[in-house]
Amino acid sequence: MSDTTDNRSQGAARIGALAVLAVLLAAPFIGLYPVFMMKALCFAIFAVAFNLLLGFTGLLSFGHAAYLGAAAYFTGWLVKQAGFSPELGVLVGTLGAGLMGLVVGLIAIRRQGIYFAMITLAMAQMVFFVWLQAPFTGGEDGLQGVPRGKLFGLLPLASDVTMYYVVLAVFVAIYLGVIRIVHSPYGQVLKAIRENEPRAISLGYDVDKYKLLAFVLSTTIAGLAGSLKTLVLGFATLSDAHWSLSGEVVLMTLLGGMGTFAGPVIGAFTIIGLQNYLADRVGSWVTVIIGGIFVACVLGFRRGFVGELLAWQKKRQGGG
Amino acid sequence: MEIFGIPLQAFLGQLLLGLVNGSFYAMLSLGLAVIFGLLGIVNFAHGALYMIGAYTAFMLTEKLGIGFWGALVVAPLVVGAIGVVIERTLLKHLYNIDPIYGLLLTFGLALIAEGIFRDQFGVSGQQYAVPDLLQGATNLGFMVLPNYRGFVIFASLAICIATWYLIERTRLGSYLRAGTENPKLVQAFGVNVPLMVMLTYGAGAGLAALAGVLAAPVIQLTPLMGSNLIIIVFAVVVIGGMGSIMGSILTGLFLGLVEGLTKVFYPEASSIVVFVIMAIVLMIRPAGLFGKER
Amino acid sequence: MKLKTFAAACALATTALFGTAQAQYSGDVIKIGIITDMSGLYSDIDGQGGVEAMKMALAELGGSINGKKVEILYADHQNKADVAAAKAREWFDTQGVDMLVGGTTSSTGLAMSAVAKEKKKVFLAVGPATSALTNEQCSPYTVHWAYDTVALAKGTGGAVVKGGGKSWYFLTADYAFGTALQNDTSAVIKANGGTVVGSVRHPLSASDFSSFLLQAQGSKAQILGLANAGGDTVNSIKAANEFGVTKTMKLAGLLMFINDIHALGLKTAQGMYLTDSWYWNRDPETRAWSRKFFEKMKRMPSSIQAADYSVALNYLLAVKATGTDDADKVLAHMRKTKINDIFAKGGFIRDDGRMVHDMYLMQVKSPDKSTEPWDYYNVAQVIKGEEAWTTKAESKCALWK
Repeated sequence: MSDTTDNRSQGAARIGALAVLAVLLAAPFIGLYPVFMMKALCFAIFAVAFNLLLGFTGLLSFGHAAYLGAAAYFTGWLVKQAGFSPELGVLVGTLGAGLMGLVVGLIAIRRQGIYFAMITLAMAQMVFFVWLQAPFTGGEDGLQGVPRGKLFGLLPLASDVTMYYVVLAVFVAIYLGVIRIVHSPYGQVLKAIRENEPRAISLGYDVDKYKLLAFVLSTTIAGLAGSLKTLVLGFATLSDAHWSLSGEVVLMTLLGGMGTFAGPVIGAFTIIGLQNYLADRVGSWVTVIIGGIFVACVLGFRRGFVGELLAWQKKRQGGG
Repeated sequence: MEIFGIPLQAFLGQLLLGLVNGSFYAMLSLGLAVIFGLLGIVNFAHGALYMIGAYTAFMLTEKLGIGFWGALVVAPLVVGAIGVVIERTLLKHLYNIDPIYGLLLTFGLALIAEGIFRDQFGVSGQQYAVPDLLQGATNLGFMVLPNYRGFVIFASLAICIATWYLIERTRLGSYLRAGTENPKLVQAFGVNVPLMVMLTYGAGAGLAALAGVLAAPVIQLTPLMGSNLIIIVFAVVVIGGMGSIMGSILTGLFLGLVEGLTKVFYPEASSIVVFVIMAIVLMIRPAGLFGKER
Repeated sequence: MKLKTFAAACALATTALFGTAQAQYSGDVIKIGIITDMSGLYSDIDGQGGVEAMKMALAELGGSINGKKVEILYADHQNKADVAAAKAREWFDTQGVDMLVGGTTSSTGLAMSAVAKEKKKVFLAVGPATSALTNEQCSPYTVHWAYDTVALAKGTGGAVVKGGGKSWYFLTADYAFGTALQNDTSAVIKANGGTVVGSVRHPLSASDFSSFLLQAQGSKAQILGLANAGGDTVNSIKAANEFGVTKTMKLAGLLMFINDIHALGLKTAQGMYLTDSWYWNRDPETRAWSRKFFEKMKRMPSSIQAADYSVALNYLLAVKATGTDDADKVLAHMRKTKINDIFAKGGFIRDDGRMVHDMYLMQVKSPDKSTEPWDYYNVAQVIKGEEAWTTKAESKCALWK
């Protein structure tokens, strides 16, 4: 599932990536609604963060929305009530999510596999109920009217187009950053843990520490997605911390392709786009369709779009 | 009379209500533990099956005029059959791969069920009438307890004990337990393991549906009733450990009582107390209170 | 690799297109939209019925205004403020919607009001109850049409306290609406010499009220004030009967609609007071209109649905009169014009955005006095015009000084 380092393919990959980037850069001017694109980019960041944990470390966190939601609320409150400038608000929100990830990770790391998933889900639900009660979140009403402010005190972000490019820049930075992490020596150890944990332990690696670090990295980046989303849409609500969102990010990653780089991004755009398109037309059936995609993916499409594409390509190149 | 500054009426009343909730936790975590034990699948759809059981009872009464007592029998059979179909068509492909796929697939099934029922019934909730025999309330002195809730406690305890007995004390149960440990060996002895697995999932589904029928007169039916509950049940199962049937039952009841107690002294925390306990148990005894490390 | 990323680009572009509606702006079409609860606990009191009511208004005006087509959009916010705000923003940005009607739920109403203020478009709040819409969060683009928590408090709250219910315990829905209703009612209670013994908050759309009712019973208050609505009110009342709370406390349903009474049945609900902005059986005109509604929806309209009709009618009439859909001009015309339709007679819009009209304090009939289905109320008192609402002295709106 890793990208080959064949020079010719690398060159081709770069051209392909530039093509996508060109589309993204031109988006506001070719008729794509900036607010939708920004929302999709934020969730793409979320999915990339999640994939770092699931695809590259092999840990299923089933309550990942807790971190997106936490950062969304922190940033929202700091920017709206405490008058923080946007970049500070995002920074503190993101770090807050990472800290929460550290606490949950310390508790959850004690169990393996499927228990880990259940524990992360339960902890996320606990955090959800805390947000429901806490006055600063506004409970059911949510944190509304979060201003975008001026980036670094200089660049006003009120314009959707300006905000879009800021979000795009962050997205590209995170995307490249995750690639860097995965290809680093640390990333190699994570891969080893995913492939065969007992062997990694026997080689002398403190796997719990590696897993915990991956968890914290993942939750921090997920928090970044939440903070950005709050600035984009101007509110943070309970939907950002709800377990259904935790499920959706799993689907985005699975559908797009676990353990690939482009997969989560494609998955995010697909799911967000689908929800947007279908919500008015089919009402509650959106949930059914999402559920159906889950079932279909698990049964027959486990490698996701990108994974299937890569496998098909390998078969064609290698001749079996 | 007061206990720690709370009038006895309120105290015992909340405990009793907590026991009712605990009965549901016990029944559902029991089903979940049985399915996980034999199939190795964490059945996220358990909550959805509970919900479908409640709605089946509702529809049986509305459309076919079958009353509560009939629904208690028919609904679990219907949902059990659905469970069997799910197992045969979908789940059996997942036994040899990473268990997370089982969780994800059943999660997808839960979403499908929720979406379909939401489309049909809306989110606002249906009412299901308490059966005539159990209407009214008894004045227990410290509180007025609706008779039906008292019935629920007894019925669910009976069901839990019966299930425990079936699994731990009968031959069928011993096949089940052996099949969990070593399916190939048991199959070699001539026991039809795939059939047993299929029926186990069906039985687990039926048990969830039974809980749903019992719950119907107590809470309003909404398509979301299962998903809200299943996450708490997950926590119950982690606390109790999935190794022991009796462990699941006792943990479920215990946590219901704790929740009730919390409502008396610190109501705001009642929705999170189960999760807090889960975190504590994980720090002290990761395998769970009754669990065996798998 | 090349194939992969090219495929990725295609996938991205295609899926992004899912997200965009036509980016054209309406020039020749007048678009009005309603965002409300279409599937949840408030869907009966507004929902599809609200959309139908608006269509009735359009049909009455001949289907078009000054030759321009009129389009009525609707969407489900599922009682979530973020869904409502996002949909409102999308409609204003990409669909060229000129006027937005706020369906149920106070939190969505506040969110949509904020978006409309930012985009400088007309927002007519019908379903939301919170008085904040015309106080702390008042806006030059928002008109609060049907009712609000102050009117409910002065109506039902006042009546119950004056009738002897001096000590209250609140069961409150835990969001903007419940809080506003509890606060406004508490003010009225205290002003009339009563006391508030305590309160407990329940989650929106709660499944089980038993533990909250136990707490209420323990308070030993005379009155249990239900600061919730829709399905929550119906379930609280049913559970209160089940647990024998009604033997020791009287219930005051601070916000009830005819659909709730229908769900409860007259036997359970009889004698309860409620304050509402409209009743289908009030006079021959309302009866005629309601029967037309009944033919489509198979149930009698709630006051919110009648108000949906009224906002659509009055907005479109203003557009017709001014010849434009520019928000400022239309609103200026609406503020100058009296509202005279089946919903209100002699109604007018105040500077704080409040549409001032009569409110009705009604009491639920006993089963033997009801002459036909949906004949549920006796009008106990007509609360005239200015008396029902926030006064200038009490107002926290910066626009009304």
